Amino acid sequence: MNPTRKRRLVIVLLVVAAAVVAVGLAVFALSRNMNYLFTPSQVEAGQARDYRSFRLGGMVKAGSIQRSKSSLEVRFTVVDADGSMPVRYDGILPDLFRDNQSVIATGHMDGDHFVATQVLAKHDETYMPKELKDAMAKAHAGQHVDAAATPETMP
Amino acid sequence: MSTWIPLWLHRLGSPPTFYAFAGRLRPWAIGLALLLGIVALYGGLVLAPPDRYQGDDYRIIFIHVPSAWMSLFIYAVMGVASFVALVWRIKLAEVVAMESAPVGAAFTFITLATGSLWGERMWGTWWTWDARLTSELVLLFLYLGVIGLYHAFEDRRQGARAAGFLAIVGVVNVPIVHFSVKWWNTLHQGSTVNLFGQSHIAGDMLWPLLTMMLATKCYYVASLCGRARADLLALEGGKDWVRRIAAGEAR
Repeated sequence: MNPTRKRRLVIVLLVVAAAVVAVGLAVFALSRNMNYLFTPSQVEAGQARDYRSFRLGGMVKAGSIQRSKSSLEVRFTVVDADGSMPVRYDGILPDLFRDNQSVIATGHMDGDHFVATQVLAKHDETYMPKELKDAMAKAHAGQHVDAAATPETMP
Repeated sequence: MSTWIPLWLHRLGSPPTFYAFAGRLRPWAIGLALLLGIVALYGGLVLAPPDRYQGDDYRIIFIHVPSAWMSLFIYAVMGVASFVALVWRIKLAEVVAMESAPVGAAFTFITLATGSLWGERMWGTWWTWDARLTSELVLLFLYLGVIGLYHAFEDRRQGARAAGFLAIVGVVNVPIVHFSVKWWNTLHQGSTVNLFGQSHIAGDMLWPLLTMMLATKCYYVASLCGRARADLLALEGGKDWVRRIAAGEAR
């Protein structure tokens, strides 16, 4: 390689290295704030204390959905592995909203309640036909198995 | 130049040889892209069963995911070509890098648009500032920046050099887009198809997805061939080989 090309190579590599370091530091510094949501146990641990408004993410506890008869108001409980949080919401829910669905609610704390202004459904990365899910559910008859949680048994 | 580069590759780097080669390759790439695209669409929209939760709505995956893969793939190609262009000043590398940018920008736009439609149906929102969506939007801006910078210079080669630097620096964003769903809590779900390890998709949904990926790759090759040929003619305007082509086609 002749000296000119070697010089250019070094310059380009230095620019790339500088960019990587700069972006790496920025991402590292932001990583505490880059999280899109807090889970109920994180909220209970006080991690969301500094935020007036934040996103709460977790699963809708089975059987916890209570709809008001006269308005759009819905109450449900969002849970994660070791926390739970009651949520109040007044508005239209996404199609995927149901028991055991991962949801992300934006809003603020009101006492021990979370008051949501928006509720989004998070869907998982698994795609499978309904017949397959039914067949798997039958194979696991008697025990509760979430089809989405057992992708390794898929053909 | 160094001896480790095979002679045929060396020859292919010369504009007249590449011009002829790309001209022969292009119809095959177009044909293959169309064929694979039709097969993939039929497999995805007709043969594949509906998803257990999302029903038929998930079928936008057959456009969204291949476009997203291409948006990253083309950026990587652009980055490598820009690197070669900056260090070795090979004209063809500049052309490949700069003519990849609009194709990549188009795929990025399709990714964002189809993702937005899908998000409205499934998540309940058109847009949200989570790490995956934001980094993909940054990718679109990088593409547009490269295109804009390239055309901002009177001298095309000087423009290619400046835009090449931007393209190389922007490569940092490619792993961020890819790993964003792993590094942070995002609304966007994780990767469905994994090169190493288990994919989370049924077989009769997977094959149309992979076929569409090949179709988009072929389309990129075809589009790049056409764009690069036009660009080479413009860049090499006064040279003998271009004159011969112009004279031949005028007759």
